[in-house]
Amino acid sequence: MTLAPETTDLKVQLRLDSQEGDWFTVCDLSRLLPGRGVAALLPDGSQVALFRDRSGTLYAIDNRDPFSGAGVLSRGLTGSHQGRPFVASPLLKQRFDLASGQCLDDESVRVATYAVRAA
Amino acid sequence: MTATKGATPTIVLVGHGMVGQRFLEALAERGMTATHRVVVLCEEPRPAYDRVALTSYFSGKTPEELSMTDMEFIEKHSIELYVGDPALTVDREAKKVTAKSGQVFDYDTLVLATGSFPFVPPVPNKDAEGCFVYRTIEDLLAIEEYAKKATTGAVVGGGLLGLEAAGALKGLGLTSHIVEFAPRLMPVQVDEGGGAALLRTIEDMGLTVHTGVGTQEVVVDEAGAVTGMKLSDGSELATDMVVFSAGVRPRDQLARDCGLQVGERGGIAVDEQCRTVSDPHVFAIGECALAADGRVYGLVAPGYEQAETAAATIAADEAAFTGADLSTKLKLLGVDVASFGDAHGTTEDCLDVVYSDSRAGLYKKLVIGRDGTLLGGILVGDAEAYGTLRAFTGSVPPVSPESLVLPAGAGAPAQLGPSALPDDAIICSCHNVSKGTIRGAVTDHQCTTVPEVKKCTKAGTGCGSCVKVLGQLVTAELEASGVEVDKGLCGCFAQTREELYEIVLALRINTYQDLLDRYGRDGARGGDGCEICKPAVGSIIASLAPTIGASGYVLEGEQAALQDSNDHFLANLQKNGSYSVVPRIPGGEITPEKLIVIGEIARDFGLYTKITGGQRIDMFGARVEQLPVIWARLVDAGFESGHAYGKALRTVKSCVGQTWCRYGVQDSVRMAIDLELRYRGLRSPHKLKSAVSGCQRECAEAQSKDFGVIATANGWNLYVGGNGGATPRHADLLAQDLSDAELIRLIDRFLMFYIRTADRLERTSTWLERIPGGLDHVRDVVVEDSLGICEELESLMAAHVDHYRDEWAETINDPEKLARFVSFVNAPDTPDPVVGFVPERDQIKPDLPLLSIGRRPLEGSAQR
Ligand code: SRM
Ligand SMILES: Cc1cc2nc3c(=O)[nH]c(=O)nc-3n(C[C@H](O)[C@H](O)[C@H](O)COP(=O)(O)OP(=O)(O)OC[C@H]3O[C@@H](n4cnc5c(N)ncnc54)[C@H](O)[C@@H]3O)c2cc1C
Ligand code: SF4
Ligand code: FES
Repeated sequence: MTLAPETTDLKVQLRLDSQEGDWFTVCDLSRLLPGRGVAALLPDGSQVALFRDRSGTLYAIDNRDPFSGAGVLSRGLTGSHQGRPFVASPLLKQRFDLASGQCLDDESVRVATYAVRAA
Repeated sequence: MTATKGATPTIVLVGHGMVGQRFLEALAERGMTATHRVVVLCEEPRPAYDRVALTSYFSGKTPEELSMTDMEFIEKHSIELYVGDPALTVDREAKKVTAKSGQVFDYDTLVLATGSFPFVPPVPNKDAEGCFVYRTIEDLLAIEEYAKKATTGAVVGGGLLGLEAAGALKGLGLTSHIVEFAPRLMPVQVDEGGGAALLRTIEDMGLTVHTGVGTQEVVVDEAGAVTGMKLSDGSELATDMVVFSAGVRPRDQLARDCGLQVGERGGIAVDEQCRTVSDPHVFAIGECALAADGRVYGLVAPGYEQAETAAATIAADEAAFTGADLSTKLKLLGVDVASFGDAHGTTEDCLDVVYSDSRAGLYKKLVIGRDGTLLGGILVGDAEAYGTLRAFTGSVPPVSPESLVLPAGAGAPAQLGPSALPDDAIICSCHNVSKGTIRGAVTDHQCTTVPEVKKCTKAGTGCGSCVKVLGQLVTAELEASGVEVDKGLCGCFAQTREELYEIVLALRINTYQDLLDRYGRDGARGGDGCEICKPAVGSIIASLAPTIGASGYVLEGEQAALQDSNDHFLANLQKNGSYSVVPRIPGGEITPEKLIVIGEIARDFGLYTKITGGQRIDMFGARVEQLPVIWARLVDAGFESGHAYGKALRTVKSCVGQTWCRYGVQDSVRMAIDLELRYRGLRSPHKLKSAVSGCQRECAEAQSKDFGVIATANGWNLYVGGNGGATPRHADLLAQDLSDAELIRLIDRFLMFYIRTADRLERTSTWLERIPGGLDHVRDVVVEDSLGICEELESLMAAHVDHYRDEWAETINDPEKLARFVSFVNAPDTPDPVVGFVPERDQIKPDLPLLSIGRRPLEGSAQR
């Protein structure tokens, strides 16, 4: 079932290590609701969670919740903590810094981050 | 068996009631249990329990919950407790006590704490089948059993206990009468004016009161069972059962038999140290004792003081019991009645200040001495001020006495805060705890909450009437000591949830961003908020949507971004990233056709099905992209969202009720369906659960619900604040014998008041325990409309009911919203490869090895 709404000009793009310099196009910018995330599938089969905050800044981190193994971080609630944006896992609520991937509730855990832009 | 006297001296306690237990605690506190052998003979089949709260058995407290005996305490202090084994004789010469079991105990010190027995007037047939007294748990069990086949009950005695008993009979579904010899109710505590106000309120509740008449005879049928009573005015009252509550008499027989001196009207005579006047080795405490001031005290607080005195004397400390306060506050039947100090104005030259409004059932009287000292008073209908007034008794209050009794609105009533009290004012008279001790608990013992202070000082753990003042004192003290009590919701808002609710409602703020930018903390304005305040504010906006002009659809506009993950997908996320689907099945009633639809859908999508604990069916293992397709079929078949994901109404369970069940007295299924349909979709601070039982057998377990309804012969009883989960709580009875319309109106008000004032994620049970004034306050607000907000509460609920729409039906008709239900934004048709299943018992379960690999290195990590 594909229910994508009409397209706009701007696309969300990711920089992937495997494709040096190239930007991987994910979706229309309009698919990103401020304060919520979406999941995207990457060519190597891994998953990424994309977010847009209130000011329009984009973030991309690994979608896999390291605490449960499930691909769900895109479905968490976002917020800002001391000025830094984060997402809280929808399963057990650990928070991850969207810019660095650092888990705010467990120093030893970090998820991968990706460079992301709207173009 | 004869216990021989060893090297350690022996204390034998006869009677394990409230005072006896307190005596044991007092011994332990003084280290006496380590140096003495302590033997306790307990007549009742269970160790000490809270007799003061006896009546709460009828509102759901179990005998276990009433217990005051911590078995760990008994064991830790090596106390020999013999339950069900009363003392039969005392040989003072040989210093031996013989118990019913035949055991003989030598004593060095004997303490009698045998309490009282209910006085039954010597009328013919007083022991007939159907006659009861009201003193022990066993009495209540017998009353409850007999009431099942009775329709009318009469209580002899209109004192404090009589009123409690009559209220209990009414709660058991009986038409209740109170027969009081004196010309007014509660003759000991209140005067004529107070009695009139009380009478009016009690009659309004549907109880019939006969004052100024005595009981002459109990009338029985051939089989010897009660059928009525003959009264002194010549009339006859038909009744199926009689409960005598005509006062108590000290149980001093054991003492008489061994030659101890007793008073003319009973009671074991003791001195100021609670030592019997006849024998220095024998003490008497509690209701069986005739104190040095010539009185037998029928209240628990003086008994506790005597227990302390006796323990201190035995430990050779100095202590004396010279007399005690007889203040009482009746907390039953929904009427506040309090009397304190010199309530009847017996002091020479004293003057009364009276405010009375018999229409409203209000009566307040203060007794003031010549020099302005507050000597005592009576409050009927509104005993708000009891805690403070009682503490001021004996001193000159800082404001004029009139201003203390005037009701809100009539000239500015003085709000006399507990901060005005001197340090030696007694706040808790049950445990004799002064304001200074409570302040000390906060400043010196670092107690920061009321429960901690209760534990530390015992204040508030007796009758509970001082808890309100206690709460105020603790907060005041914390604030004074500079502890910044940040009551803010989260890092973004300094306000509590309740304050945010008021702001949203008053200013009609209908977006989160607006609220954050205008009312957020300094650093948080203009930011993205956090995972705590977003759903909390989202819930407030949803609860008030129609009133503040927000969309009632939780996925509309900005609201979508505020919802917790489950609410955003309108389904419950499972551990492997799949979802569960729970359609609403109101009242648990479902047609075969609908059952088949559920079966077909589960089969077609390969879902795991399970009957939930909430009388409906859960289908697990749906992938996010399958949700809309599954729901399209469910909606088509007439199902709606069950809100299993929301902080909203979950289920209203029902029992089969009158329609089929031989015991049912009302149509519980219909009522459950009505309630579930009325409150479906209502967003609240936490989830809401309900149930309706067709009779007192309670097959629907309504008393474990946020609001539970139990059918009675005359309508419905409404219980609130029940909870299962980790900290179970039995619900409290809020109101009785309501008609359908009254029931719904009261639930409307109750729920809206809860939504308005509760903290985030606070179930009604914890809310009820937390809010100042507790159940009484809630009852005042929602039943008596003491804040004048009931009309608003009702209209807020009416708006919710009018605007309810099924959110799944809306979602499947909105392509833009449906686009969110995809596995991947760039590959919407590719299922998430992490979501896998393996077979189990002919169904599926999540495939987890993959997940546990991911989890392994993180073991022990902090989970919030
Ligand atoms: C499915 C069900 C168990 C079952 O297989 O029977 C269930 C499943 C869950 N319960 Fe429950 N509870 C279920 C009946 C109950 C009951 C029994 C009842 O409602 O009569 C209780 C005790 C009654 C009560 O709430 O007072 C119950 C007390 C809880 C609690 C503890 C609440 C508390 O106040 O302490 C939680 C945790 C919470 O809400 O914070 C909880 C939370 C949950 C959650 C939502 C946990 C979660 O966040 O994942 C489970 C998700 C279900 C899902 O994914 O669909 N569940 N849960 C039952 C669904 C009933 C329904 O049809 O809606
Ligand atoms: C329904 C009700 C409501 C009440 N409400 C209040 C209130 O709001 N405020 C208030 O201050 N007071 C109230 N009271 C009164 C309060 O319960 C008593 O003052 C208190 O229980 C007295 O304690 P006690 O230990 O002296 O007697 P009890 O608690 O009666 O204990 C005496 C125990 O001794 C046992 N016993 C007797 N003889 C023997 C024997 N020979 N051997 C062994 N054991 C024996 C008895 O079985 C009993 O268990 C209420 C009482 C009732 C019944
Ligand atoms: S609660 Fe009463 S009416 Fe309902 S099923 Fe049980 S026994 Fe029958
Ligand atoms: S006055 Fe009874 S508990 Fe404090």
